[in-house]
Amino acid sequence: MTYIPNTPREQAEMLATIGVSSIEELFQDIPPRYRYPKLNLPPALSEMEAAAELKELAENNENVRDHLISFLGAGAYFHYIPAAVDHILRRGEFYTAYTPYQPEISQGTLQAIFEYQSLMCALTGMEVSNASHYDGATAVAEAVNMAYAVFRGKRTRIVISPSVHPQYRAVVRTYVQGMGLELVGDESEANALQSPFEIESLIDPNTALVIVQYPDFLGRLYDYTSLVQIAHAQGALVCIAANPTALALFKTPGEMGADIVVGEAQPLGIPLSFGGPYLGYFTTRKQYVHKMAGRLVGETVDQRGQRAYVLTLTAREQHIKRERATSNICTNQGLMALAAAVYLSLLGKQGLRQVAELCYHKAHYAAQRLSQIPGFSLAYREPFFHEFAIRLPRPFEEVQHHLLEHDILGGYHLGADYPSLKDHLLIAVTEMNTREEIDYFCEVLQEVSHD
Amino acid sequence: MTETLTLPQVIEPTIFELSSPGRTGVTFPEPDVPRSDLPAELLRADLPLPELAEVDVIRHFMHLSHLNYSVDGGFYPLGSCTMKYNPKINEDMARLPGFLFTHPLQPIETVQGSLALMYTLQEWLKEISGMAAVSLQPAAGAHGELTGVLIMRAYHRDRGDHRRTKMLIPDSAHGTNPASSGMVGLQVVQIPSDSRGNVDLNALKAQCDETVVGLMLTNPNTLGLFDEHLEEVIRTVHECGGLVYGDGANLNALVGVMRPGDIGFDILHFNLHKTFSTPHGGGGPGSGPVGVAAHLADYLPSPIVGIIEEGTDDLAPLFGFIHPPRSIGRVKAFHGHFGVLVRAYTYIAMHGAEGLRAVAENAVLNANYLRARLQDTYYIPYNRVCMHEFVAEGRFPGSDVRALDISKRLMDYDFHPPTNYFPLIVHEALMIEPTETESKRTLDAFADAMLRIAEEARTQPELLHEAPHRTPVGRVDEVKAARDLVLCCWFPENQ
Repeated sequence: MTYIPNTPREQAEMLATIGVSSIEELFQDIPPRYRYPKLNLPPALSEMEAAAELKELAENNENVRDHLISFLGAGAYFHYIPAAVDHILRRGEFYTAYTPYQPEISQGTLQAIFEYQSLMCALTGMEVSNASHYDGATAVAEAVNMAYAVFRGKRTRIVISPSVHPQYRAVVRTYVQGMGLELVGDESEANALQSPFEIESLIDPNTALVIVQYPDFLGRLYDYTSLVQIAHAQGALVCIAANPTALALFKTPGEMGADIVVGEAQPLGIPLSFGGPYLGYFTTRKQYVHKMAGRLVGETVDQRGQRAYVLTLTAREQHIKRERATSNICTNQGLMALAAAVYLSLLGKQGLRQVAELCYHKAHYAAQRLSQIPGFSLAYREPFFHEFAIRLPRPFEEVQHHLLEHDILGGYHLGADYPSLKDHLLIAVTEMNTREEIDYFCEVLQEVSHD
Repeated sequence: MTETLTLPQVIEPTIFELSSPGRTGVTFPEPDVPRSDLPAELLRADLPLPELAEVDVIRHFMHLSHLNYSVDGGFYPLGSCTMKYNPKINEDMARLPGFLFTHPLQPIETVQGSLALMYTLQEWLKEISGMAAVSLQPAAGAHGELTGVLIMRAYHRDRGDHRRTKMLIPDSAHGTNPASSGMVGLQVVQIPSDSRGNVDLNALKAQCDETVVGLMLTNPNTLGLFDEHLEEVIRTVHECGGLVYGDGANLNALVGVMRPGDIGFDILHFNLHKTFSTPHGGGGPGSGPVGVAAHLADYLPSPIVGIIEEGTDDLAPLFGFIHPPRSIGRVKAFHGHFGVLVRAYTYIAMHGAEGLRAVAENAVLNANYLRARLQDTYYIPYNRVCMHEFVAEGRFPGSDVRALDISKRLMDYDFHPPTNYFPLIVHEALMIEPTETESKRTLDAFADAMLRIAEEARTQPELLHEAPHRTPVGRVDEVKAARDLVLCCWFPENQ
């Protein structure tokens, strides 16, 4: 079926008004030999047939709510999403609207984005936030882009910690291909457990940007204040990629002096959904706002003396500046930013802190229990939030197989990205994991430890 | 002189203004494990988030939703944005628990449903476009462009062809085309349009040399016109060794009617949030898969979904991720906007080949109908049979009414305005794209409003200059917004 309302009679009337005798006549500019190819697509389904087909596909997945106990994180986290969030997202007024280019009839979207910007500033301790990027990885890449623009391309070194998410680092590498930048700091895959402060020695007067993650990919928490000072002494900017749930409890990157704070805001009310759509957030200092990419909502007044909101500083953007724009970004993650705004409004000061504390206590309980199993040990002693690494006594594949037989997703295999961390597992624990699940996880792993 | 400060009237307070200390909208259980000590030296002092009850939050966002115009609420003829109706079933399918609660890094054996869906969608997009291979990773149209430009660059460099630094882009192109090329460090050369709205062939030929990376072409272009010399344009670029990139923003005009791959496009991005009905979400998320011809398949962003083990009569194939050998790399984390892919899959499954052809045919019929109804009143500079959209001028001889005034006045008639001031090659442009999901009745009501506004422009121009009158807010002070830069209602210094 289709969603076309016109009847054959109406189509005939319209053709008469246009002054042509058939619809095909409207396609005369297409060379005839390319016109109307035969497409090999399955026959159209009715809505009820399509619903059945999609249900079957979805049921061919094992999901972390109904089938699997999950300790998998590594950049995407299973959190509780209050029912009210999706009720707001399903308002047609929000999800079927376009980018709010016409402020008179888009105040809903504009104010929601303004509030999202404010919430992200409050969370990160920064001064300005844009309206979103595609995800955490592309937000980091845009930080590189911004630093490049701040120094007008004159500084060409980017220093990146090896404990930044491997996929984020991969995306940065893809983005900088044509920019003539040198990316250093994460080549030494041999020593992933090194402290992120090791990269300090690479920061030089040619460094545009230093990138670290908070907590880092291995889960470790560091106060980066001293690293920021060293970078600033060389005139470089610092970007901290931060987990927003962790920011409910821990010192903000803003307090540490970061110039750019970005990250993946999926934990703020956005479902796992097999990897997307998620929400890249981007915050910075007011002095860099003109170099920042992406849309930005500002407060103003209308001609009737009412407070109103509008997209502002649009001269930075591609539709005005074309090849000299700060970025090519146009469509962003508007609806996901709304989800984060609703989530943060619902949880508020107390709720978000409660979630973060639950994550912290459960993760530490799990870490403590796991490290007591003979053969298993924590990979490091630094403080962590809700994710940590353990060394396995047996090859990862064997452990994973055993866990899957018990319907457990044990975590992320660090050996996939860090050869030196072969047979290390990155384990995430959130408020969704009960004590029973953690105990069961430990029991099943115990079986691995004795052969 | 004393200035009286009058505070602006507030339509809806912000969530920060609605906050009351001690409230919360959600509570969570007490920990079922022993508490561990928090690292005191790493804690933040305060968390300045608002505090509201659930009912406060719901009412606040409900009030905000009422201030929006939307496709669900009315006609949205925004040129080049393809604001078609977003079927409700798509929303339900994307929220099936099997999709919603799967982690992107699960072992492939546990996510065969998602992988099968992605594989099939790749195959369908190949079939619809005539391209040889597709990656679903890019997050939006502009992201697809960046991916495509990186592929073009990598292709030339791999052949040892380092001289190619010039990207040709017609003057009618979307701003994202030059911006994407700029991000990859390429030099952008603008190609003018000819008097019929086509790419100016002579200007194109003059630029085609051994330094050309390629041409980024939107076809139909942003005038809504199918290039009358498309084959020659493509041949000219290919003959100088360049590649032809197709911007799929306007694919709604061609779906089921012509395949860009058949006529020689080397790369094409799809906007699933335009052609394939996934909602725009107030500015996203979109999805911008990229299709390429066979000679570029090895460069696609990694990973894409493939068959790891062939199936048998009784056994389904095993789907997994494959890494094209010369891949430009990863363009985002994980595998693309999966939730958006589910919606597009549902849409294509419900259309089939004939349904998709009907989409393009009715989109083009609707656009030409509106063009026919408006052409005697509004000047249409390139007035010939159009595809899915057309561009009129929003000005009248001897009147100071502008496209902006007409756009704002349309809001009083409860229509969303067309795209205005784009493309840049038309003065006071009004770019109108009705899409196929609008009925003749709606189109007639819109055309009547446009004709009436033209009449008002003659008789009561002040009505237009001061429009809109019936919207929640009037024209806003954009200069003040840019000058004062109030971008956030919470500041660290207030701490």
